[in-house]
Amino acid sequence: MAILVFIEQREGRVRSVAREALGEAVRLAAALGGPVVGVCAAAADPGLAALGDAGATEMLLATHEAFRHYEPAGYVRAVVAAVERVKPSVVVFSASSMGRDLAPRVAARLGVGLAADCTALAVEGGRLVATRPVFASKAVQRVAFTGTPAMVSLRPKVFAAAPSQNGAAPTVTPLAIDHDPAAARSRVREVKTTSAGKVDLTEAEIIVSGGRGLKGPENFAIIEALALALGATVGASRAVVDAGWRPHGDQVGQTGKTVSPKLYVAIAISGAIQHLAGMSSSRCIVAINKDPDAPIFKVADFGVVGDAFEVVPALTEAVKALNARS
Amino acid sequence: MLQVVCIKQVADTETRVKVAADGRTLDPAGVTWILNPYDEFALEQALRIREAAGEGEVVVLSLGGPGVQTTLRNALAMGADRAIHLKTDAVQPDSLQVARALAAELQGLGPHLIWFGKQAVDDDAAQVAPMVAELLGHPCVTVVAAIELTQGAEGGPAGGQAVIEREIEGAREVVEVTLPAVLAADKGLNEPRYASLKGIMAAKKKPIDEKPVSLGPPALEILSLALPAARAPGRIVGQGVEAVPELVRVLREEARVI
Repeated sequence: MAILVFIEQREGRVRSVAREALGEAVRLAAALGGPVVGVCAAAADPGLAALGDAGATEMLLATHEAFRHYEPAGYVRAVVAAVERVKPSVVVFSASSMGRDLAPRVAARLGVGLAADCTALAVEGGRLVATRPVFASKAVQRVAFTGTPAMVSLRPKVFAAAPSQNGAAPTVTPLAIDHDPAAARSRVREVKTTSAGKVDLTEAEIIVSGGRGLKGPENFAIIEALALALGATVGASRAVVDAGWRPHGDQVGQTGKTVSPKLYVAIAISGAIQHLAGMSSSRCIVAINKDPDAPIFKVADFGVVGDAFEVVPALTEAVKALNARS
Repeated sequence: MLQVVCIKQVADTETRVKVAADGRTLDPAGVTWILNPYDEFALEQALRIREAAGEGEVVVLSLGGPGVQTTLRNALAMGADRAIHLKTDAVQPDSLQVARALAAELQGLGPHLIWFGKQAVDDDAAQVAPMVAELLGHPCVTVVAAIELTQGAEGGPAGGQAVIEREIEGAREVVEVTLPAVLAADKGLNEPRYASLKGIMAAKKKPIDEKPVSLGPPALEILSLALPAARAPGRIVGQGVEAVPELVRVLREEARVI
């Protein structure tokens, strides 16, 4: 049986999370057998043939003028049509904003279970077992599926992107769907960019977060400067978001975003349980805090006890010097 | 205008998770139960819409065991008009089971707006809202950061319009929706009110309609719940600015992350 992968595109470009989903689908196919087939909804081909060396043999492409933006009703039709056509054992989405909205709709339409925001997939005794964090990563749940296809969405930045294999380009097959945008009763009128050129926290390689110890919103300048030097995205603790220093979109933790960057730098954040939950799956954690007893040091790989206002600018200069050399 | 807010009782975010003897669920001993934080934003927005319109009804709907009524009562104290409790003994029903039960009840109520929180902070699945929308054939907007009712929303179940901003990676989608619709609120949509003493007193007299439900077959099988692997112990590389060169060295040479 095939494995179907939803290929997410935005503004005519295939998103990096789609490569992660493809990569995991290829690994699953090695255990479950069957080809990997992609399905994409777009206004025009976003360059699916270029994903050829990523392991999919066929790409089903549903095109419609209305698919320039995310169009849930039409996208659901496209994925359901692809499921009916290839009869997959597993359907793989990314747990991105789009995937988290779309996958449950497809699951409800098909009447099957969906394991959302998975961090690992395995095949045990011939069946798929999904591992997913719950309670904002304070615990981990393993789930199996009672129906077919099994549906999963994958947490961004956790799975390795499909490697180049120099294989043949996949066949791009048009997928005919019957879609009437007027009947959909919802339409994306516009997409307003809120952080131009910045990588979202959920997809960032490096995150520099600041907490209440910074004493005021203006002092986030030292966080921004370090983030710029590291090529990082700025995050924040709940305390500073609730105080109105930073927008909600910056919040890392249980009522904010759960993140898994390769490097997480927590500055002047004491480490409330809700914050630790949201960032403790980061590959490497650095804590800078003047309180040596702060709970953040319990999860940090490397800690510096000291005043953020002295340590952070010095670190920024050191990183800049490093960048200048390389 | 009828609005239904679907709410969930969850373990407080302060909870230190302990696994129950069954190895699959949260040990409820010592857990404080609260209204799911994201549902507060949904309820608050529904109340504001009712207050701005000067008419209408806000119904809170929840599925669960008898304990759920405490949370329904809290929502009534915040200002909801009445509550419906879909009663089940199922310990941890999956999203599709819950969505089907809610959709069946909602079908009969015929609300203009159906509200959810963006996700429940226990299972973090974030999927009941879009599932309910799909089952009812309604449009759905998840991660709602702003909403404006534009025209005729109070007129009837169909034809009203809303413009909604939805938070996505690095941007906001501006979505036009024709009611009835399903919306899932994000934090930041508003500042939820606290229940006033008057509200708490009034809530005692508000009705909670108890309806036993039998759930459909599960779509997911929970095999286990476990605590995540502990992180390897870290180390303090030093104090103050003197520690910076060593920090840069370990990040570059040991962790290889910069």
